[in-house]
Amino acid sequence: MEKLISRFFEIQKANTLSVYLEEDGYEVAKRALREMKPEDIESEVKRSNLRGLGGAGFNCGMKWSFVPRNTGKPIYLVVNADEGEPGTFKDKYILEKVPHLLLEGMILAAFAVGIHKAYIYIRGEYELPFLRLQEAVEAAYAKGFLGKNIFGSGFDLEVVIHRGAGAYICGEETGLLESLEGKKGFPRLKPPFPAIVGLFGCPTVINNVETLSYIPFIIKRGSEWFAKLGTERNGGMRLFSVSGQVKKPGVYELPLGISLREIIYTHAGGIRGDLKLKAVVPGGLSAAILKADEIDVKMDFDSLKAAGTMGGSGGVVVMDEAMSMVEALRVTMQFFAHESCGQCSPCREGTGWIDRILNRIINGKGRPQDLDNLLDIGAYLGGTTICALADGAQMAFLSYLRKFRSEFEEFIRKGSYAHA
Amino acid sequence: MPTLKIDEKEITVEKGTTIIRAAEKLGISIPYYCWHPGLSIAGNCRMCLVEVEKMPKPQISCHIQCQDGMVVHTQTETVKKLRQHVLEFLLVNHPLDCPVCDQAGECWLQDYYMKHGLYESRLDENKVKKSAKAVPIGPTIMLDSERCILCSRCVRFSDEITKTGEFGIFNRGDHSEIGIYPDRELNNKYSGNEADICPVGALTDRDFRFKCRVWYLKKTDSVCPGCARGCNITIEANLERPQHGSGERVMRLKPRFNDDVNDWWMCDAGRYGYKFIDHDRIMEPAYRKDGQLKTLDWNEAVAGFLTIFRAMTAQSKEKIAVLLSPQMTNEELYLAKRLFVAELGIKKVLLVGTNPDGDQDELLIRSDKHPNRKGAEYLGLIEEKSSVIKVLNEAEKGDLKALLVFGQDLVSLYPDQKVDHLLQQLSLSAFIGSNHNFTSEQAQWIFPAATYAEKDGTCTNFEGRVQRIQKALPPLGEPKPESEILMLLAERLGFHWPYQSQEEIFNELSRSAPQFKGLTYQKIGKEGIKV
Repeated sequence: MEKLISRFFEIQKANTLSVYLEEDGYEVAKRALREMKPEDIESEVKRSNLRGLGGAGFNCGMKWSFVPRNTGKPIYLVVNADEGEPGTFKDKYILEKVPHLLLEGMILAAFAVGIHKAYIYIRGEYELPFLRLQEAVEAAYAKGFLGKNIFGSGFDLEVVIHRGAGAYICGEETGLLESLEGKKGFPRLKPPFPAIVGLFGCPTVINNVETLSYIPFIIKRGSEWFAKLGTERNGGMRLFSVSGQVKKPGVYELPLGISLREIIYTHAGGIRGDLKLKAVVPGGLSAAILKADEIDVKMDFDSLKAAGTMGGSGGVVVMDEAMSMVEALRVTMQFFAHESCGQCSPCREGTGWIDRILNRIINGKGRPQDLDNLLDIGAYLGGTTICALADGAQMAFLSYLRKFRSEFEEFIRKGSYAHA
Repeated sequence: MPTLKIDEKEITVEKGTTIIRAAEKLGISIPYYCWHPGLSIAGNCRMCLVEVEKMPKPQISCHIQCQDGMVVHTQTETVKKLRQHVLEFLLVNHPLDCPVCDQAGECWLQDYYMKHGLYESRLDENKVKKSAKAVPIGPTIMLDSERCILCSRCVRFSDEITKTGEFGIFNRGDHSEIGIYPDRELNNKYSGNEADICPVGALTDRDFRFKCRVWYLKKTDSVCPGCARGCNITIEANLERPQHGSGERVMRLKPRFNDDVNDWWMCDAGRYGYKFIDHDRIMEPAYRKDGQLKTLDWNEAVAGFLTIFRAMTAQSKEKIAVLLSPQMTNEELYLAKRLFVAELGIKKVLLVGTNPDGDQDELLIRSDKHPNRKGAEYLGLIEEKSSVIKVLNEAEKGDLKALLVFGQDLVSLYPDQKVDHLLQQLSLSAFIGSNHNFTSEQAQWIFPAATYAEKDGTCTNFEGRVQRIQKALPPLGEPKPESEILMLLAERLGFHWPYQSQEEIFNELSRSAPQFKGLTYQKIGKEGIKV
C-alpha cells in the first residue's frame, strides 16, 4: 500500500531542508502560489473529504469556509501541535521526521484562507520535535519559503512557534487559544467559534499537524484521488498510533476504511506472547473501549461513531487478556481528573470523585453499591460542559463499566485483582 | 425581536437577550451561581442548564441567546435531574460546615439544595483539602477556599469592574482554588462587593463576620449618605438580639441594585461608613456654661434656648446666622428655610459643607462627600465660603450675636477663624447634630439629631436624582430628626405648621421649588427619579 506522510519516516534526514527538497519538497506550494487561486485550494480540500485528524474529525475545507474574509481584522492560522491524547504519537513523528511537510501544508492553508501569520503551539514535553521544527522554520525562512514574498510570489507568511507548559486541556482548541494569549488554559464558551472570534479576537483557523501535512498531497494529486483512498465521507488515510500489547507498536499510515482487526493483526503483528485480545481503545483515551469481538469495525470517523465510540486522534491502545480493566480504568480516570481544567462543576468534581472511588475499589474497599453509583455519576459527567474533555472522560468511563461490568463486580467482591 | 416560548409562555425580547433574562421577565426563575448580570458570562457552574427543542444537548441559559421560534423547557425531569447532579458535584468537596459558616442563611448552596437538591448523600470519599481556611486576603475580606464553588465571580469582578486584577484561579481540576496573586492584597476601594457577589461562604466580610446571624437582620431600603452619588443601599440592623454584635444595631450595609445610580455595587467607604450610627452619638439635649455641660430634657432645652433666641429675633435678627448642611434632607432644608427665612426673616442662612479634594473615580465615588448638595441648590442654598468667612469675621468683631450650626463641624472646616472661641463668646450658639465633634464640644446649646438611618426623607444626588431614605431604626437615645426639631421650635415660637409626615413636607416643597414640581413619594419610588 502506498505511503504518503510516512514515506518520509523512512528517508534518512528527511527533517532537513536539503533532503526534503531532494524529494520535491515545497514544489506543490511553489506552484500553487504562482498558479492557483486561493478559493481553488479551499474547494479542493473540501472535496477531498479531509477530516480534522486531531480528534474532532470535522471536514477541514468546511472549517476554512466558516472564516469571514472581510472583517478588516487579520486572520490567524494556529497549528495544534499539542499532541496530548494518551496513546497518540503521530504528530511527534511528523514534527521530528518531516517538519517541512507541515510547513508546506501551512503555506497552502494560509494562502487558501488569506492568512499572513501562523502560530504553531507545540506540546511542552516535545523536546526533539521542537528542535527539529525550529530548525525547519529557520531553514525555510533562510530560503525565502517563509516570511515576506514567499517563493517570490508576493505572498507573506510569518510563523511563530509557541511551546506549551504541560496541560492536556491546552490541546482543546479554545484552551489553546487562551494559553497562546498568555492566559490560563480555560476552554472558551461557544459560540462564538474560533473561525469567527479566535486568537486575539480575530478570525482563526485551527488545524492539527497531521491534517495540514496531508494538504500538499491533496493539492498535488487532486481531491478525487485523495477522497477515494478513504470511505464515502472520510477522505484519504491517517496515521494510527498503535501501542499496548502488540508485537509491533508504531505509527501506521492506513486508509480510513481499514478494519481495526487488520491494524492489530496484519500491521501491528498481533498480540504479544500470542495471548488473547481483551479490549482495544480505538481513538485515544477519550474513546469508548471496544471488546475483542468488536474489532471488525471500520476505522473511519463515521463507522466508529456508529459503533458507539470515536475515531478521535487515531491512538489505538491494545490490551491483552492479562490486563485488569479495573486498573486500566483507574489509570484512565486518574488522567482525566488530573487534566480537567476545573472550570465546569461536573467535570472538575466528577472526574476527581470517580478517581477517588476507583482508588478505593483498587485498595480492596469497594462496596456493592459502588458500580451503580459510578454509572449514575458517570451519566452526568459529560454532555453538559464547556469543552469535550468531560464528554471523552464519560465515554471512556461508561464503556469500561458497561462492557466489563462482571469483572468490576468480581473485583469488588474479592477485593483484589480478578484476573490473578 | 425574537419571539420564543419558555415553559409554554410566549415572550418577545430584544435581539441578543439570553434565555435566563427572558425567563426572568416571565417570572420563571432559573437557578445559577456563576452568572451575574453585572459581569461577563463564564458559563462554568452549569446550574442554569435548560432544554431547548431541536438542540441535541441541554444548554446553559446564561449564555444562549433567544432565537425566533425557540421552545425552552426549564422544568422537565431532565432539567431537574441535571440541577440535582450539579449540586451534588458542587458539594462533593464542600465542607458542609454550615453551623460555623457565616454565610448560612444567605448561602446559595443551602438555598438551592432545599429547592433543587434534596438527594441522599452517597459520598464515601475524603474531600480534597484546600489550602486557605479563614485567611484574610485584605482589610475587608476573608477567604475560605474549601467552601468555594469556583464560579469565578470574584475574579471577574476584580478584572472587569475594579480592573485591579487581584484574584486568580490557581491549580487545576478539583485542586483548583481561588486566591490572590503573590505579593498582592485585596485592598481596592470596592473590595466589600466581593463578599456580596460570592454566592457561598468562600468570601466573607471581615467587618460583619460572626456579628449576627443573617436571619435576625431587619432590612430597610435607603440611600448611602457617604457622597453625592447616593448609592442605593439596604440598611441591615439587628434590633431583636441586642446581645449580638456588642450591642450595635446596624450590622452592615448592602448595595441595592439601581442601574441608574450604582448598579449592584457600593464603595468600601460607604459600606463601612455606618459606625457613627451607633457610636459617639449625642444622646441628650444639653446646655454648656462656663465649660460645664448640663443635660436637659427637650422641653427645658427648647425653652431655655428660645428665651434668648426669641429676644434676638425681635431686636437684632441681622445678627443671627444659621448654617445649614448638605447632609440634611430636602425636607429639613425646606423647613429650615421656612422657619429662619420666611417666618423669622433671618438673612444670614447659609450652606456649609466643604468638599475634600480629589478622591473621585470613574465607577461610583464622588469627591463631594455630601448626599444632598444638589437638593440644597434646588432650594436656593449654594455654599459660598466667602460668605461664611464674612459671617465668622463679623462674629469675631462682635457684630454677630447668634450662630446656629446644623451638623457640620465648623471648627474643623474653618480652622483659621477660631470658631471654638466664637462659639463660647457669642451671646448664643447652638449645634444641632447627631454625633460629637469639635463644634458640639464648644457650642452652648446642643440638640441631638437623628442619623439618616433613623429618619425618613429625600436627598438629591449629583445628577439631580431625588431618592428616598427611610427610617430603619428608632433614634439612639433622645435625638430627633432635624425636621422634628425645627417643627418643635416653630411651634414654640407660635407658628402653626400642619405637617404630619415628611411626605407632607415634601408635597409642599414640590409646589414651591420648580425642580421638584409634580414629584411625590410615590413617583420617587424605590429607585428615585431624576429631575
